[in-house]
Amino acid sequence: MTDFPILTMLVLVPAIGSVLVALVSKRHPDLVKVTALVTSVLTGGMSVWLLAGFATDDAGFQFTSQHEWIKAWGISWHLGIDGISLFLVVLTGVLFPLVIAGIDPHHDHKRYLSWMLLLEAGVMGSFISLDLFLFFVFFEIVLVPMYFLIGGWGYDNRIYAATKFFLFTMIGSAFMLVGIIATAVLAKADNGQITFDLIKIAENADFAASTGRWLFFAFAIAFAVKVPLFPLHTWLPDAHTQAPTGGSVILAGVLLKMGTYGLLRFGVYLFPEAAVWSRPLFLTLAVIGIIWGAIAATMQTDLKRLVAYSSVAHLGFIVLGTFALTSSAITGGVMQMVNHGISTGALFILVGMIYERRHTREISKLKGLQKVAPVFAAAFTVVMLSSIGVPGLNGFVGEFMILIGSFATARWWVVVAASGVILAALYLLWAYQRVFHGEPDEDNKSFAELKWKEGMLLLPFIGLIVFCGLYPKPMLDRIQPSVDKLLTHVSENSDFKLPAPAEPVESHEGEG
Amino acid sequence: MGALLAADTLQGPKVDWFALSPILILLGGAMVLLVVGALMPAWPKRCYALFTVAVAGAAAVMSFILWNRINHEGTKTLVGDAMWLDKPGVWIAITVCVGVILAALLTDDYLRREGIDGPELYALYLLAAIGAVVMGTANDLIVLFLGLEILSIALYVMAASHRKRAASQESGLKYFILGGFSSAFLLYGVSLVYGSTGSTNLGKILAASENVIVLDRSKETLLLAGIALLLVGLAFKVAAVPFHFWSPDVYEGAPTPVTAFMASVGKAAAFAAMLRVLLMALPTWAADYRPAIWLLAVLTLVGGSVMAVVQTNVKRMLAFSSISHAGYILVGVEAAAHDARAGLISTGVSSVLIYLLVYTVLVGGTFGVITAVGRTGDGATDLAGFRGLGRTKPALALGMTVLLLAQAGVPLTSGFVAKFGVIGDGVRTHSYALAIIAMVSAVIAAFLYLRIMISMWIADPEVGDDAREAVRVPVLLNVAITLSVGFTLAVGFFPDWLIHAAP
Repeated sequence: MTDFPILTMLVLVPAIGSVLVALVSKRHPDLVKVTALVTSVLTGGMSVWLLAGFATDDAGFQFTSQHEWIKAWGISWHLGIDGISLFLVVLTGVLFPLVIAGIDPHHDHKRYLSWMLLLEAGVMGSFISLDLFLFFVFFEIVLVPMYFLIGGWGYDNRIYAATKFFLFTMIGSAFMLVGIIATAVLAKADNGQITFDLIKIAENADFAASTGRWLFFAFAIAFAVKVPLFPLHTWLPDAHTQAPTGGSVILAGVLLKMGTYGLLRFGVYLFPEAAVWSRPLFLTLAVIGIIWGAIAATMQTDLKRLVAYSSVAHLGFIVLGTFALTSSAITGGVMQMVNHGISTGALFILVGMIYERRHTREISKLKGLQKVAPVFAAAFTVVMLSSIGVPGLNGFVGEFMILIGSFATARWWVVVAASGVILAALYLLWAYQRVFHGEPDEDNKSFAELKWKEGMLLLPFIGLIVFCGLYPKPMLDRIQPSVDKLLTHVSENSDFKLPAPAEPVESHEGEG
Repeated sequence: MGALLAADTLQGPKVDWFALSPILILLGGAMVLLVVGALMPAWPKRCYALFTVAVAGAAAVMSFILWNRINHEGTKTLVGDAMWLDKPGVWIAITVCVGVILAALLTDDYLRREGIDGPELYALYLLAAIGAVVMGTANDLIVLFLGLEILSIALYVMAASHRKRAASQESGLKYFILGGFSSAFLLYGVSLVYGSTGSTNLGKILAASENVIVLDRSKETLLLAGIALLLVGLAFKVAAVPFHFWSPDVYEGAPTPVTAFMASVGKAAAFAAMLRVLLMALPTWAADYRPAIWLLAVLTLVGGSVMAVVQTNVKRMLAFSSISHAGYILVGVEAAAHDARAGLISTGVSSVLIYLLVYTVLVGGTFGVITAVGRTGDGATDLAGFRGLGRTKPALALGMTVLLLAQAGVPLTSGFVAKFGVIGDGVRTHSYALAIIAMVSAVIAAFLYLRIMISMWIADPEVGDDAREAVRVPVLLNVAITLSVGFTLAVGFFPDWLIHAAP
């Protein structure tokens, strides 16, 4: 079955599903839901199958498929995954069916599900594209369904938030598009012909140092907006807060990862020299993001906004790991991309449930929920601890590896960033204390306990949180070879010297 | 010229009638509409429109045949060196025919809805198309001016053709006065160029302008002034900032199908003429006019998109968006000017031609939707008129969304392919700053398209919305919008054939 174009299907199945859902008559709401669910589960199933078929010791791109698309411009439909993208694909595949099955948009199901599936196709495509043009197409197309999801099913200030999201991301893409064209045009001499193929450009092109830096920044701006990196993060709290729960979960779970993934795949891989050169800048911005996000989260009065700012902090860690350029830091960063998707996704679901019950997200109006809904509180606790990064849960693995891995190459940044871990405990525990502890007042007395269906939605998240926390080895085994390969590429193409390999990190984890 | 007149018998140039067939077909169609339409009782419903579509379609088919002939026999000049039979010219002819077909499809129900049905507007479409084709193929500044006037005068009348709307009259008059002004600029430019080079023929100007440098530098100032005036005249026609002031008012006031025609055919013809004059006659002076085009492009891109943001009338918004599209095309023209020595096969030309065709189709579809939403009286073209369209007419709103996303340059639409082409050529000729300014202004312009989409899909209904006249999408309008959306997506997903086809 090696001929089966599974990666192409990962994009096509949800795309076709989206069209089907749009075509099904409004009079058959059940058929709409079933179609959406079947296509998303099918996609999820394929992504899991991919995981099973992935060759652990192969650091290169697997399951590749390449077809000519726009021959005149040297653009091809070139897909492939390696250890860096594998788990992001699986996360996308798993997250979407859960969101589609478990979170009710309340109105216009048909359009909502159609946009959702189109979003899935776009996100999948971004993670598996090995052609700059193709990547840009997916990266940009994602904006449209997300815009409509926020604008159509969001809360009061949704139009402002959706527009801000669209324009912020698009302005980053504007620079990236010029960068992509310039990269292909300038690499033409080294490639012999015009091509947008990522691997060909990365392996053959030899940019002058200053050229490479300009190009790198053109890409990096787009990714920095998407991540979002301080000071380009201001769209995120608005978009997250105003988006419907399902939109927030996807936004935090996978969309932001397109930025951090892009930095690795299209920043560091394409322009190693420039990435090494700009390390101080990005490390500094990442650390500012960690601290800033944490402080801002502490001061929020809206629970959802708090979680949104915590994302800024968590993604700061990932960028820190990326630009530390050591094996365990980047591996930890990739782990953290997936873990943040799981735990923050779950947090948004929980906050969404609170809103469903109380129609407010104001921390000051919530009180003593632990008394009336102990199971709900327990679920919240597990997810929250994972987000804080408590050992034994998934959040710890990534953050710990980033910090320990970055110490060799970015010591003082790590020293500051480590305080972000403490701050994470501060803002989340303080929020938990205000919302769940104490005696419930009149409004909160009737807070309903976790329902069976809601529990079923949360169970996979909590299962993954515990499993990845206790036994991260299968993930690490698949991520690390690709990361090492990337780092070899970096050290060969720049004057960056890799630090001596540290102790294998998994052994620490086993004890945690 | 003098020698020619002195001869005893006036020896006309040899005419390759077949190569002129698109123009002749359009002319014949216009005559039939005018004469037969005036003498006979009113034709049955839809017949005027279908006849126009057939005529434009036949002209397009002849253009394809000519295209094939160029493939075999190469390019040549026609009618005593006055016109060109070459691929860019034929491409423009096809673009113009597409514009006419879409405009005619839009016009059909519009005229009956407004109670002003008749053959006149269709005849004017065909006449204007002749002017546009002539502009696109002219090899002589006088012929170019002739084409421009044929096109413009038809456009002035078309803009004012809604007899029952004062706004339409105002639009026509405004266009007429300002257009006449700009034609004067162009003509003055032609005369200065003639004065300095001794010819109005593009090929002879090219030869003479080499001499101006070598032999007679005193004429350089004269020629440069002539180039500047030519640029002003053409920049007015394409509505480039700062020569754009007519366009929002005229676009808003003119009947919506006519606006579509103006934005597509008018723009295509003027850009074709601009390319021809700059690249075929004046490549020697590229270093002088390139900065001017650069500046025009930047002003047009930024001005068009920034001013679009504050509008509330959709037709006006699209007028400004049309200005910013002109800015994009100017990016391609600027790229072409970089290696102007190569003439009409230089970098940039083919992406400009693709842009013009893509934009013609986009504009046809977009204004098609506006024609429907405008409702009787053609007045409901402000944002409020679009409110709730996603609920009442989801298919129409979806089509409009695709077209707007394409105008914003979102991937997998033809608009992205077009933008990618001109930006790519800008980058290839190292105009990085211009490319970035263009992309950033695309983001500003995106805001305007988002506002229309918000109105259609997201905005809450208001009291009185249900009392409005329902939006109707009659057959031919439906065909136009469907074709336009189909083309937009087809080119977006599979652009290879179009890129290959472009000269």
